[in-house]
Amino acid sequence: MIDLSKTIDLSTTYLGLKLKNPLVASASPMCEDVGNIRRMEDAGAGAVVLHSLFEEQIEIENDDLDRFLTEGSERSPEAVTHFPELTSRVLGPEGYLEHLRKCKKAIKIPVIASLNGSSRGGWMSYAKQIQQAGADALELNIYYIPVDPHVTGEQVELNYVELVKAIKTEVKLPVAVKLGPHFSSMANMAQKLDAAGANALVLFNRFYQPDYDLEALEVVPNLILSSSHELLLRLHWIAVLYGQIKADLALTGGIHTATDVVKAMMAGSKVAMMTSALLKRGINYLDTLATELLIWMGEHEYDSIQQMQGSMSRNAVPQPAAFERANYMKVLGSYAMR
Amino acid sequence: MTSSPATTRPKVTIDGNEAAAYVAHQINEVIAIYPITPSSNMGEWADQWSAEHKPNIWGTVPTVIEMQSEGGAAGALHGALQAGSLSTTFTAAQGLLLMIPNMYKIAGELSPTVFHIAARSLAIHALSIFGDHSDVMAARSTGFGMLASNSIQEVMDSALIAQAASLESRVPFLHFFDGFRTSHEVAKVEQLTVQDLRAMIDDDLVRAHRARALSPDHPVIRGTAQNPDVYFQAREASNPFYLATPTIVQNAMDKFAKLVGRQYHLFDYVGAPDAERVLILMGSGAEVTHETVEALVATGEKVGVLKVRLYRPFSIPDFLKALPASTKSIAVLDRTKEPGATGEPLYCDVVTALAESGVSKKVVGGRYGLSSKEFTPAMVKGVFDELKKKTPMNHFTIGIKDDVTHTSLDYDPEFSTEVPGTVRALFYGLGADGTVGANKNSIKIIGEETGNFAQGYFVYDSKKSGAITVSHLRFGPRPLHSSYLITKANFVACHQFSFLERVDMLKAAEPGATFLLNSPYGPDEVWDHLPRTVQQQILDKKLKFYTIDGYEVAKQTGMGARINTIMQTCFFAISGVLPREEAIAAIKHTIEKTYGKRGESVVRKNYAAVDAALSHLHEVKVPGKITALFDIRPPVPAAAPEFVQKVTAKIITGEGDDLPVSAMPVDGTFPSATAQWEKRNIALEIPVWDEELCIQCGKCILVCPHGVIRAKVYDEKYLAGAPPTFKAVPARWKEMKEKKYTLQVAPEDCTGCTLCVEFCPVKSKSEVKHRAINMVAQPPLREPEAANWEFFLKIPETDRQSLSLTQVKDVQLLRPLFEFSGACSGCGETPYVKLMTQLFGDRALIANATGCSSIYGGNLPTTPYCTNADGRGPTWSNSLFEDNAEFGLGLRLAVDAQNDYARVLVARLSSVLGDDLAQALLHADQTTEAGIFAQRERVGVLKQKLGGLRTAEARDLLSVADMLVKKSVWIVGGDGWAYDIGYGGLDHVLSTGRNVNLLVLDTEVYSNTGGQASKSTPRAAVAKFAAGGKPTGKKDLGLMAMSYGTAYVAHIAMGAGDMQTVKAFLEAEAFDGPSLLIAYSHCIAHGYDLEHGMDQQKAAVNSGYWPLFRYNPALSAQGKNPFLLDSRPPTLALKDYAYNETRYTMLAKSDPEQAKKLLALAEQDVASRWKLYDYWAHMPVNGGEKK
Repeated sequence: MIDLSKTIDLSTTYLGLKLKNPLVASASPMCEDVGNIRRMEDAGAGAVVLHSLFEEQIEIENDDLDRFLTEGSERSPEAVTHFPELTSRVLGPEGYLEHLRKCKKAIKIPVIASLNGSSRGGWMSYAKQIQQAGADALELNIYYIPVDPHVTGEQVELNYVELVKAIKTEVKLPVAVKLGPHFSSMANMAQKLDAAGANALVLFNRFYQPDYDLEALEVVPNLILSSSHELLLRLHWIAVLYGQIKADLALTGGIHTATDVVKAMMAGSKVAMMTSALLKRGINYLDTLATELLIWMGEHEYDSIQQMQGSMSRNAVPQPAAFERANYMKVLGSYAMR
Repeated sequence: MTSSPATTRPKVTIDGNEAAAYVAHQINEVIAIYPITPSSNMGEWADQWSAEHKPNIWGTVPTVIEMQSEGGAAGALHGALQAGSLSTTFTAAQGLLLMIPNMYKIAGELSPTVFHIAARSLAIHALSIFGDHSDVMAARSTGFGMLASNSIQEVMDSALIAQAASLESRVPFLHFFDGFRTSHEVAKVEQLTVQDLRAMIDDDLVRAHRARALSPDHPVIRGTAQNPDVYFQAREASNPFYLATPTIVQNAMDKFAKLVGRQYHLFDYVGAPDAERVLILMGSGAEVTHETVEALVATGEKVGVLKVRLYRPFSIPDFLKALPASTKSIAVLDRTKEPGATGEPLYCDVVTALAESGVSKKVVGGRYGLSSKEFTPAMVKGVFDELKKKTPMNHFTIGIKDDVTHTSLDYDPEFSTEVPGTVRALFYGLGADGTVGANKNSIKIIGEETGNFAQGYFVYDSKKSGAITVSHLRFGPRPLHSSYLITKANFVACHQFSFLERVDMLKAAEPGATFLLNSPYGPDEVWDHLPRTVQQQILDKKLKFYTIDGYEVAKQTGMGARINTIMQTCFFAISGVLPREEAIAAIKHTIEKTYGKRGESVVRKNYAAVDAALSHLHEVKVPGKITALFDIRPPVPAAAPEFVQKVTAKIITGEGDDLPVSAMPVDGTFPSATAQWEKRNIALEIPVWDEELCIQCGKCILVCPHGVIRAKVYDEKYLAGAPPTFKAVPARWKEMKEKKYTLQVAPEDCTGCTLCVEFCPVKSKSEVKHRAINMVAQPPLREPEAANWEFFLKIPETDRQSLSLTQVKDVQLLRPLFEFSGACSGCGETPYVKLMTQLFGDRALIANATGCSSIYGGNLPTTPYCTNADGRGPTWSNSLFEDNAEFGLGLRLAVDAQNDYARVLVARLSSVLGDDLAQALLHADQTTEAGIFAQRERVGVLKQKLGGLRTAEARDLLSVADMLVKKSVWIVGGDGWAYDIGYGGLDHVLSTGRNVNLLVLDTEVYSNTGGQASKSTPRAAVAKFAAGGKPTGKKDLGLMAMSYGTAYVAHIAMGAGDMQTVKAFLEAEAFDGPSLLIAYSHCIAHGYDLEHGMDQQKAAVNSGYWPLFRYNPALSAQGKNPFLLDSRPPTLALKDYAYNETRYTMLAKSDPEQAKKLLALAEQDVASRWKLYDYWAHMPVNGGEKK
C-alpha cells in the first residue's frame, strides 16, 4: 500500500508560519485546557488558535468584584467589611498569558493567541503581553456589534483599520484579523485591512445569536454549532478576495469534512479552521480528516495542498461571474425548474 | 509618659485593633479566636497576616484558629499554653465572660499569656456593642494582671510590655483598651520594629515557659483535684508572683523607654505639680482628661489627672508615689457600674489604697461613658468643678441627666478644649458608599504624607439599609488627645443630598466653616433646594459653600454610584492640607493600595474619577436671603404614640443623649410596633402595582423582606372615601369573587430592593420587561402613595378563618406582624421571619439569638415586631448568642407550666365556671385556626366570668388564662448560633421532645460581625478565616437533627419552593415536639445584587447544593417514610450557581487552581449528599418494598 503522506505534501504556510497541514483548531473553550491542546497536536493539527482573551470580560468581572466587595463594606459598626482581603491580586490577562506559556511549552506546532479588546489601551497592552508570552501569531477577534444607529458603517470600518494599524506598530508578531461578514463592501474592507498591515484575514466570525425561551419569555444565549452549509458564504468571499490582497486568507466556519477542507483550499484559503466539527466528533477527528484529505488528494491525483490553493478562486475559474450576481440568477432559475 | 525623641521607626496610621494585633501576631505561635465586636478585627488581621505567611519574631507563621465560641477559644488557648506555646486571643464583652472559667485556670497555673480586649459593655438590660469597662471589670478576680491602654500608640506599646512582663512574672495579663473609641479610632502612631520586639522578649523566659509545659518526655500532672486540707494553702502559694509583678511591669516599661523613648509608669500623672483636684481613671477617657487638664492648667487651675495603667495587681506604693502630695480632693471615674456595691471597682481600690496607707484625702467616685457614651472636656471640667465644692457628690454620674435618683453632675456643654489650628472635619455618608473607606485613606494620607498628627473616628447608625455614617477627622500640628466626637467642625461634607432633610448636620459647623455638598443641582440652582434650617445656618454662620454633582462625575468616569474618591478629592482641594498635585498623587497611591488587588480597570476608573472631580467642583454664591419653602422633616408623624414622640423620635434624630434617665424603661422593656413611625424614605424607586396584569398570586408579598407590600380582600363598601389614585380590582378568589382586592406598597418604608419585581411571575404580553409590579421613581409617588397606604391600613383585614393557610395566595392576606425592619435592602432572612409572624405571630413567643436578626429585630430606636387589630403580636427577647435554644426552651417550659396550672384551676373551678365551658376549655382542638379562634372566644368568656370572682384561685386563673390558648414558641437565629456557638444547646433542645420551633436563618457566615466563616460555610466559598476558600464541607445540621428520629426537620428555600416553605412552617408548628427549619438566606455577604436573591435560591436548589426536604416523625407513626425529598435531582452545574456570587468568584479570580480544586470537591459533596438523600427518600418503610 502506498503511504500517501510521503507522496502528497499537506504543508501550507500561514502568517509566515510553516504548517504541516492546513487543519487548524480555531479559538474555542476547548483551547482553555492544555490537555486538549496536546491532544490537538497529537491528532495532527497544523496549528491551534487559543480561545480569546476578552478585555471586557476581565473588566466586567473585576468591576463586579470591586462593587460587591464595596457594597458589603461599611454596613454597620460591627461589619466594616463582609469579605476578607483578597489573598492575591485578581487575575487580569495573567491567567491567559500563563496558559499561553504552558501551551507553548506543551506543543511544537504554532500557537496563535486570540485577543478581543474593548479599549485602545487594552488592545495595545494585551497584544504586547501576548507577544512577550511567546505566541507565534496573534488573531484579533474584533467581536463588535454596532447597535447604536448613530454609528455609521464608515466609522466602524475606520475603527477596524486604525486598530490594525496601531497594533501592527506595537507588535512584531504576524497579525490575523477575524471578521464578520456584515460589511457593505467586503472586498474594499479586506483591501483596507490589507493595507493597514494585516497578515491574514480570517473569514468569518460566527456571532452568538440570542434565542427566546417562550415559556419563561426570556432571551437566552444560544450557540448552534456550525454545519457545512455555512461553508458556502466563506468560500464565496475567499474565492473573491484571493489574489486581490497580500494577506493570507483563512476559512473558519463550516469545515466538517475533508472535502470541505479541499474546497477551502481551492477557494484560496491557507488554512481550514474548525471548532464545531471537533466539538461534535472529538479532537481525534483531526486525524481522520487528515487521512481523508490524503485519500481524496490521492484519488484525485493532487500532489500538494499548495497546488490546489486558489485553484478555484474567482480569477481562476472560467466563469468568474459565478461569484457575482449571475450566480444568484442561476440558482433561482434552477430552483424554478425543479 | 514622656514623648519619644525622633527615631527612624515608621509612622503608620492605623486603628487600635491593628496596633494590638500587629504586636500580638509577631510574638505568639498560636492564636485562638472567636469573632465578637469590637474585637473581631484583631483576629481578622492576625488571620490575614498568617494567610500572607508573615512570620513571628522566631520566623514561624502563627497558627490562627477560629473556634466555635469564646469558651472554645479559651480552652484551645489554655491547651496551647499548657503544651508550651506562646498563645493569645482577642475578645470583648460576653466573649470575655465565656473565657472566665479558663482564665482562672490559666492564672492558677501561672501561664504567661496576654489577652487583648477591646473593652465593651455587657448585655444587661440591653445588649450594646459599644465600649466601657464592664467586661474587664467582671474578669478582675480571675488572677489576670490588667494593663490599660488609653490611645492607639499605647495599645501598640502596652501589647509588648504586657507580653514581656507576663513572661517574666508568669502572671497572665488582660491588656485592654476602649472598644470602638480606641479599637476603631484611626491615628498616626510610631510603629515598633521587629528589633524592638526582639529586644523586649527574653528568649530565656520563652524557653522556661516551654520547659514547664506538659510533655511525655518529662511528665507532670497538672489540674489535680484538691481537698480541704491543701486547696487553701495552694491558692496562697502563688502570692510571691503577684507581689513581684508591679516591679516587673515597671522594669519592662523602663526597658521599653530606653529602647523606644516612650516612658510609661504604672500610674502616670499629668497636670499641675501642685494640683489640689485630681481625677483618676483609665482608658480613652484619661486622654480626654489629659487634654482638659492641660487647658485648665494653662489658665492657672490646680488640677491633674492620674492615669492608671497597671490596674491589677494594684500597687499601692506606686499609686501613692504618683499622686501629688498637694492633692486635696479626688474623683475616681469608673466606666462601669456595679449595682449594690459600695462603689465601682477603681473607686474602691483608690479608697482602700488611701485608707490602708493612712492618707486622708477627700475621695468621690463617679460613673461615666457607659456604652461609649461621649466623655468630653466639658464633662471633665464638670467633675473638676464639683471637686471644688465643700461636699462634692459621691457616686455621681457625668454625661447623662439622672432625674430619677439625681446622681448626675451638671456641666457646661459649650466648654471646649479643641486645639486652635486643628482641622476638624465631618463627613456624612451612606453606609456602603465608600465614604468611610475614603476618609480612612484621607487620614492615612495626612498622617503619613504630612507632619500633622491625625485622627479618624467613624460613627454608624443602627440600620443595615440606608444607614448614615459620620466620619470625624482631626489633624493638626499638635498631638491629639481628643478621644471624643467633633461638635465644632470647620469642614462639613454631605455626600448624600437626601440627608439634608433628615439630619441637622450644620449644627456642628463653626462660624466661617466650609460646607461641601454632593448635589444633583448646579451651583446656580442648589440654594432653592435646601431646607430652611440649612439655608439659615449657611447665612448665620457665613459658611463657605461648595457643591459638586458627584454622581454625574461617577457616571461619566464609569464609577457607577461610587462617589467616594470624587468627594475625597474635593476635600483635599478645598482644605488645602497638601498642595493639589501632591494630594492627587497621594490619593492615587492609596487607590492603588486599596483597590490594586481588584484589577487594573478598577484602579484606572478611580484615577479617572479623581482627575475629573475638580473641574466639577464649584463654589456657590450664597444668596443673601432664605428662599426655602420646606424644612427638615419631623422624625415621626404627629399621630405617633406618646412614647414614640417623646423617646423614640429623639433617638431617631440623634438626640438620644439628651434623654433623661426617667425617659428610660427600668428593666429594658420597650413597646413593640414602633418601626411604622420611622418613615425613612430611603428608596429611590418603589414598586408600583399593575392591577390589570396582576394575577393576585401573592408572591411579591411573600418575598418582600421589609413587609412593605400588602394585600387585602374586602367589601366594596370600604372603598368609600378612597384617595383618587387608590387601586382596587375584583378579587380573584372563587369564594370571594364579589369582593375587592388591593395590593398596596408603603412608599416611605420600602428600601427599593426590587426582589418583588424579580419574583413576579407575570410578564406583559406586549412588553415582557413589564411585570405586574414594576419599579418607578419614588419622589413623585411619595405623597399620593402615602395617602393610599394610610387608607389601605384602615380597611379591615381579611378574615383569617376564611383562608387556606397552605396556599401562598391566601398567605398574602395575613397581616405580617414584622414590618419595616432595618435589615439590609433585599435581606434573605426577613421574608421567613415575616412569614412566621403572618402564620403564628398573634400567639408567638420569640427567642432570638444575637446576630443580624436581633439587630434588625431589636436594635433601638424602633422595633419591627408589631400587633394586629386585637393588639396581639409576637413577644420577643434576645438573651445571648450562645444560649438561645435553651432560652427558648425556657419560654416553652414556662408556657407549659402555666398552661398546666390553668387547666388545673379550670378543672377545680368548673362548678363555678359551668361544666360545659370548663370541658370545652380543657378539650379544645387547637390544631386549626378555627379551633384557636374558638378557644380564644372561650377564654374571653372565662375571663368575664372570673372578673366577678374574688377568690385567690380565680385571680390566679385570670393571670394564666391566656395560656389556655395555644402558644407558638420560636427560637430564631443565624448559622453562627445554630451551627457553632449555640449548637450544644440546640442539640439538647432537639433531644428534649418539647414543642419548640427552631428557625435557622442560614446565611452560611457570621453576617452580623462581618462575614466570618461558620461551620455552615460551604466548601470553596471565601469567608473571613477561610480567605483561601473553605477547605472543608458544610456541616449537615439537618441530617444530625434527623438522627434523633423525633424532631421535625425541614430544609427550605423560599425562592425555590414557596409552597414547600409555607408547608414546612405549618408542619413544624403543628408537630408536637421540637422542629428545626433550616432556611437558605441570601445575604449581602454572598456578594451579588440581592434583587436576584430568589433566583439564586432557585439555582442553589437546582444545582443540588440546597436540596429541599421535610422530615416529619409524625409520618413514621403512620407507617410512612418520614423523609420527603421535595426537590428534583440536580439539573444545574454547581459552578453555574456558585459563580454568580463573589464569595466564590473572588477565589476563582485570585487563585484559580485552588478554586478549581475546591469546586471539584464541592461537586462531590453535592453528589454524595444527593445520593444519600435520594436513597433515604426511597427507603423501604417497615420492611416494605422500596418505593
